[in-house]
Amino acid sequence: MSDVKQDALPITVRGVTKTYGKVFALDDVSLDVRSGEFLTLLGPSGSGKTTLLMVLAGFTRPDRGSLKFGETEMIRKPPHLRDLGMVFQNYALFPHMTVAGNVGYPLKLRGVSKTEMASRVERALETVQLGGYGDRGIEQLSGGQKQRVALARSIVFEPRILLMDEPLSALDKKLRDRMQIELRHLHEKLGMTTVYVTHDQREALTMSDRIAVVNHGRIMQLATPQELYEQPANKFVADFIGDSTFLEVTRQGDTYVAAGVPLRTNRKIPDTRDLLLMLRPERVSLLEGDPGEANVFDATVSELVYQGESFLLYARLQDGTELSVRGAMRAGTFQTLPSLGDPVKLTLDPADTVLIEGGEG
Amino acid sequence: MAVTSIDTGMAERSNARGLRSDERLERWRLFGLSSPALLIVLVILLIPTGWLFFVSFIGADGSYSLENYERMITRRSYARIFQTTFQVSLLTTGLCILIGYPLAYFMSQLPTRWANLCLITVLLPFWTSLLVRTYAWLVLLQRQGLVNEWGMTLGLWQEPLRLVHNMNGTLIGMVHIMLPFLILPVYGGMRAIDRDYLKAAANLGASPARAFWTVFFPLSTPGLFAGALMVFILCLGFFVTPAILGGGRVILVSMQIVSNIELFVNWGAASALGVVLLVLTMMVLWIASRFVRLEQMTGGGAR
Repeated sequence: MSDVKQDALPITVRGVTKTYGKVFALDDVSLDVRSGEFLTLLGPSGSGKTTLLMVLAGFTRPDRGSLKFGETEMIRKPPHLRDLGMVFQNYALFPHMTVAGNVGYPLKLRGVSKTEMASRVERALETVQLGGYGDRGIEQLSGGQKQRVALARSIVFEPRILLMDEPLSALDKKLRDRMQIELRHLHEKLGMTTVYVTHDQREALTMSDRIAVVNHGRIMQLATPQELYEQPANKFVADFIGDSTFLEVTRQGDTYVAAGVPLRTNRKIPDTRDLLLMLRPERVSLLEGDPGEANVFDATVSELVYQGESFLLYARLQDGTELSVRGAMRAGTFQTLPSLGDPVKLTLDPADTVLIEGGEG
Repeated sequence: MAVTSIDTGMAERSNARGLRSDERLERWRLFGLSSPALLIVLVILLIPTGWLFFVSFIGADGSYSLENYERMITRRSYARIFQTTFQVSLLTTGLCILIGYPLAYFMSQLPTRWANLCLITVLLPFWTSLLVRTYAWLVLLQRQGLVNEWGMTLGLWQEPLRLVHNMNGTLIGMVHIMLPFLILPVYGGMRAIDRDYLKAAANLGASPARAFWTVFFPLSTPGLFAGALMVFILCLGFFVTPAILGGGRVILVSMQIVSNIELFVNWGAASALGVVLLVLTMMVLWIASRFVRLEQMTGGGAR
């Protein structure tokens, strides 16, 4: 646990397939995790993200494919020879051992001497801010502390790869938010290649260098958080990350038309017949004064929601599609908003006209 | 304003009274539900046990005396009987662990459906009469029994083995009868062990054998302990099977109680033995309770 970054290992996944009966849990998945990278597998439950993690850890045997840590083929290596750290969703701390017993367990297996073990255990506990907790029993710990112990146990033997399976899902929101930042710092400090599984898109956006969005056993898009949010590859990704509504786009000669409005856009247009315009609630605004270059949609207010720091206004377009508009709230803002049934003009900046391929991709 | 506050104050007070009486009523109802069971415990447990204690202090001439207990201390045969009883109970428990633990482990690793099927085969003997099972062993193990016949036909041994009417028969029968009492709590305890513990152990570098001995086995010990204790205590007072399969050569406390009554019609002596057996059982339980929480005997489980 030196502060010097250890040499991390890249992970190379090629053509990994796993079927349960006729269902593809993983469908010909290939993925490169760069060395030292924090990569998140993000997807709904049953998408195959956990299966992929279990293949990396060696707990699930795929039907075919290749898995390399660095240059070494690992696909047939049993889990106990893979030498990677893992944080389980329920922490899986051994209840019959103390905190120090748990954290020292991997060191004991590696034949580390008693004195060295004690100091390394203490250092690992300090890294997760639990110095001096060694003698506690597991049952005496709070959820957040258990999570830290699990983390200490998975890094104490200095693995070059760290896997995490929804490690924060059992914590309450405040603690989760804090742990996200802490995990991020810890990763920067230790520099091990990290694969993180979550279904929480905000968590993924907060922590990751890159995110692989997984669905139906396939990787739908692998990109940085910003790319993923700003330019999703398909409707599934756009839908899964953030809130969005979609308008069908038709091509009339050289212009593209959405909900009867010819689009002014300065963004890349995918070369496909089946186009959708993605609208994020915070990128749509209520028209005040001159629209300038913006695209303007006529609508009527159908719902208005007060959400504390922001408001959410639902408006129905002429063709029946419902859009949402999110705006920041200041004192008095809510009173100036239109009421139910009022006609409104919604504007969308040309820079925010994100056009994506329709269909599930 | 003042009027309404007085009103609400009164309403609050009467509410509080009502809530208190509701709670009392609820407690009485619960008590009412359990009263049949309490009554039965009183009638068929406490009164007879008290009677047992009382009778054990009545001598042969009908007056109060300690002779029934003195006899147990002075006569060597009694010491031998207690020794045999503990020996048989320990051996049976040990054999049950040797046979039952691996089986329970095997079952705990099966998918639930198959495990349940196995569980039924374990439980099946429970639904057959104890006497039938015991006499079946007698038939199987006797000199010209199936076991000896097959053993000699296969050339495993030449002379018929003495498998029954001795310690061998007693142990075989008792282990068979007691096995489910060990397997059930052990299996229950093993099922309750989260599989992620073993995954975590493997992930941290433990080979399957290492993971078993450092993680699985320690977590299964409460169930094992509960099962072993159950078997041991049941063995201490076991009568039918050792009486039939022991053939009079293996004399346990329970058998001595019976002969005290049937042969000597000495209720005092029989009662004293019963009391001592009860006290010994309590002591075993008390010692055990210092090592493990006894709730686990009924609940099983790794926590």
